Amino acid sequence: MDTKTIKKETNTTQTTERISGSEAVIRCLLAEGVDILYGYPGGAIMPVYDELYKYQDKIHHVLTRHEQGATHSAQGYARISGKVGVAIATSGPGATNLITGIADAQIDSTPMVCITGQVASHLLGSDAFQETDIVGISTPVTKWNCQVTKASQIPEAMAKAFYIARSGRPGPVLVDITKDAQFEEFDFKYEKCKGVRSYIPIPKLDQTLVEAAAKLINAAKKPMIVWGQGVILGEAEAEFKAVVEKAGIPSAWTILGAGAIPTTHPLNIGMVGMHGNYAPNVLTNDCDVLIAIGMRFDDRVTGSLSTYAKQAKVIHFDIDPAEIDKNVKTDVAVLGDSKESLAALLPLLEEKTYPEWHQKFKDLYAIEYEKVIKHDLHPTKEGLTMAEVLKEINIQTKGDAAIVTDVGQHQMIACRYANFNKTRSNITSGGLGTMGFGLPAAIGAKMAAPDREVISISGDGGYQMTIQELGTIFQQKTGVKIVVLNNEFLGMVRQWQELFFDRRYASTEMTNPDFVAIAKGYFIEAQKVTKREELKDAVAKMINTDGPYFLEVCVEKEGKVFPMIPTGASVSEVRLE
Amino acid sequence: MSAEKQLYTVSVYTENNIGLLNRISAIFQRRHINIESLNTSPSEIESVSRFTIVINMTEDNVKKIIGQIEKQVEVIKAYYHTEDEIIYQESCIFKMRSTLLFDERQIQNIIKESNARIVTVNREFFVIEKSGRKEEIELLHRELTVFGIMQFTRSGRIAVSKEEMKISTMLEAFQA
Repeated sequence: MDTKTIKKETNTTQTTERISGSEAVIRCLLAEGVDILYGYPGGAIMPVYDELYKYQDKIHHVLTRHEQGATHSAQGYARISGKVGVAIATSGPGATNLITGIADAQIDSTPMVCITGQVASHLLGSDAFQETDIVGISTPVTKWNCQVTKASQIPEAMAKAFYIARSGRPGPVLVDITKDAQFEEFDFKYEKCKGVRSYIPIPKLDQTLVEAAAKLINAAKKPMIVWGQGVILGEAEAEFKAVVEKAGIPSAWTILGAGAIPTTHPLNIGMVGMHGNYAPNVLTNDCDVLIAIGMRFDDRVTGSLSTYAKQAKVIHFDIDPAEIDKNVKTDVAVLGDSKESLAALLPLLEEKTYPEWHQKFKDLYAIEYEKVIKHDLHPTKEGLTMAEVLKEINIQTKGDAAIVTDVGQHQMIACRYANFNKTRSNITSGGLGTMGFGLPAAIGAKMAAPDREVISISGDGGYQMTIQELGTIFQQKTGVKIVVLNNEFLGMVRQWQELFFDRRYASTEMTNPDFVAIAKGYFIEAQKVTKREELKDAVAKMINTDGPYFLEVCVEKEGKVFPMIPTGASVSEVRLE
Repeated sequence: MSAEKQLYTVSVYTENNIGLLNRISAIFQRRHINIESLNTSPSEIESVSRFTIVINMTEDNVKKIIGQIEKQVEVIKAYYHTEDEIIYQESCIFKMRSTLLFDERQIQNIIKESNARIVTVNREFFVIEKSGRKEEIELLHRELTVFGIMQFTRSGRIAVSKEEMKISTMLEAFQA
């Protein structure tokens, strides 16, 4: 694949001014349009914090309670806004605490710039106090990183960092700055990065491949689309909707693709993957043309690759050449930006409907409804289900809320049952599956979209992993709504233990604290619900409260998430019970 | 596409920046792929480095590896070649006892016939250098082992492709 070509840099120049490296960091951030950053101060980054004090009217620093919280908040900010999230930390433990969030951003293609302080350059490699090789540590989980040891290197490093983070397939970058470089004075000028010669963010679209794809699609009898976050990252929602509607193809989504077209759209047939909907999973192995758009055939989506869509011709639209044929062999691979690719595809498609093919999805949905959905949403037995909480939130937010989830059963239930009327409404840790993501990510999301209802939904396990961020919510007065679905278990692991480990609940039962008291300890209004009849009013009170609110809902202890494709099984071997 | 493992020589053209070796080697490391040999050097273009990496794997996997390598921001282009598609050399150095030069007439014949050369001789030891294909170096190593080798080291592979690699055209743009 000859996808890389050389692009020359074109830069604008500005006049110079003599300032310190730390002030340069702030100037660079301002030049990149950053007005908020999440972080935690410490010795090696103190000069930058000192400058932040000076610039606090222009740039708002959010003191999170842990550096991991800073990265997740930056991620939440980026995911809902499409802008670059920024996290800042000191050297050593501050820097290493960023790693989980960086790894999460890398696998979920979230644009993020992390800035770390580093010991003075003459101390590098001497095991100095709070020294770690953060560039070495973060290399496998960053799109790009670098260490700066001279103030004069700061503008170029920062410009490259923002350019690389946001361009092409987005991702996290890290700039590590030694303390002496922060103090050093130099003649500052900033030139925004317009290109890096070895890096082509968007491969050139090949029209002949678009035509080949259109030909296959037009000839299909049973086509199916699986779309992912690439549609959202490429801001191609309108083009995608037009393609889906014109071609009349049943379309399913991966967890990060949720909301690119609304949940209620008639051609939206639900989620694929391990806990996805029955029909799209089963019929993946029945379709004759599978059209993958901005998704990466993750193993949680495909199940066993040896049986995945073997009967189908596969078309793959993606921006990243390394994703082509990585997991699933394609018949036609269209490289490029999703907005451009789908716009090129649209006029080549024939207007079609596939009534018999659609009916198959409806028939399978009816089975799923009878066996799973009905019992989740309208339970007749005692014990609240997670799904009925989501149903109540749907009703009261009219499907307009941004749902930020943690990882586990509640996450799968939220993705399955939340109504996503709008794009960028499902903010969750997809690829890394990071427990503790939800609460801090919701902080960033709410700050980026203060006018939107942002609801953090966590389980009792993940919530406690970053529960300290309640302090950030309190201090910042962030109007995020927090729902904890408490089953007193690490629910998803417990479900696996029940199904595959002979009910040996090894270390999954949790003895929990008084969550309401903890929230109130942070001066956040809080309520606990244990009965079905209390749920409606409790959700209403949460939604109608101005400012942050905590709602604990005690749900059935041993609830399970179905459908489920056991690890390594085929997508057509979906278990409904 | 070959599903059998064989030796591939991967050539990677990169920016000459700190940290790239770490990024590229990590791609192999996380997939548990042993690097048989690795050499980095300047390339034909100023400020562009070239990695020459030898690996033993299937063609399907080497293609995926190339994709992951090219994905790195500072990598310009990566290629892979079979043994037939390249001309390569390796280099090795032997340190041997000087007495052998006088006591073992056969040593001189081995040096001569293998096209190796004596780099230096002093009272205690002499040093032989040999460049060539892997098999030639292995043969020389076998032949000298019987006499006792004081020290031995060999380089990574360096290689050029028989066919023109399109990098030349790409790199011209760098110079413009």
